[in-house]
Amino acid sequence: MKFGIIQFPGSNCDQDVFHVLGNVLDQPTRYIWHKDIALGEVDCVVVPGGFSYGDYLRTGAIARFSPAMQAVADHAKAGGLVIGICNGFQILCEAHLLPGALIRNRRLKFICDWMQLRVETTDSPFTNACRKGQVLRLPIAHGEGCYFAEPAVIKRLQRDDRVLLRYVENPNGAVDNIAGICNEGRNVFGLMPHPERASETILGSEDGRMVFESILRSAVAVR
Amino acid sequence: MKAKIIVMPKRTVLDPQGKTVKHALESMSFRGVKDVRIGKFIEVEIEGSDRAALQKKMDQACHELLSNPVIEEYSLEIQ
Repeated sequence: MKFGIIQFPGSNCDQDVFHVLGNVLDQPTRYIWHKDIALGEVDCVVVPGGFSYGDYLRTGAIARFSPAMQAVADHAKAGGLVIGICNGFQILCEAHLLPGALIRNRRLKFICDWMQLRVETTDSPFTNACRKGQVLRLPIAHGEGCYFAEPAVIKRLQRDDRVLLRYVENPNGAVDNIAGICNEGRNVFGLMPHPERASETILGSEDGRMVFESILRSAVAVR
Repeated sequence: MKAKIIVMPKRTVLDPQGKTVKHALESMSFRGVKDVRIGKFIEVEIEGSDRAALQKKMDQACHELLSNPVIEEYSLEIQ
């Protein structure tokens, strides 16, 4: 499966994702510069974590306007897979590829810690290798990870089974303990935890691999 | 001309910064603080003199970039 990782000025998890996809999972993976107009041939786009454009104005607000993100939106509209991790999730929300927004953590602190995340549904290309209710141990590292959306939006997410991951214990004030959601087409996924930092035992957890292995599995199954 | 924009978190959105500053005011014995909310003030210098046209243009900028309507509301003044 071909992966493309978008690089913005200020991205800092791009190489971690590259390592996991390219070296650990042995998949053809390349970087896509934020100024690139076309993505080239990719099956799955990764919008990585970091502080794109210095988090100026709002997290993810500027990145949304980069040429590569226009191409990502087209890719998503055509049914291509997109996963946004941490800052990537914030960017996907700003780009309206996912509903809601991520705001300052309830206690204002930047939180860098291991979390327990419950897989709420396996009906997605990003969780189909998991068991429903399975608890993954993944790290979070964010200051603006508090998921917010209007009650009507939250209801729709719940009704359509689009909350893929919830915190077992809410670290940041996120509405309904939401840690990761997908779009209506279920091909765009945004999550605050970092699966790429937990894909090898030497790093303390391999649970993050479940997300990437789900994507690989979906390559055979979907569309 | 100048566009002056105030962006504030919506009432329905948590504003932990405002809450923290409210506590700080109280701890310096500043009494009677009912609420504090923290937003942003943005000044944009623009060419042109057609106020209505600029208002329309800036409204779009506020809606699409300068504020995020999911969590914020803005007020705009052209001077």
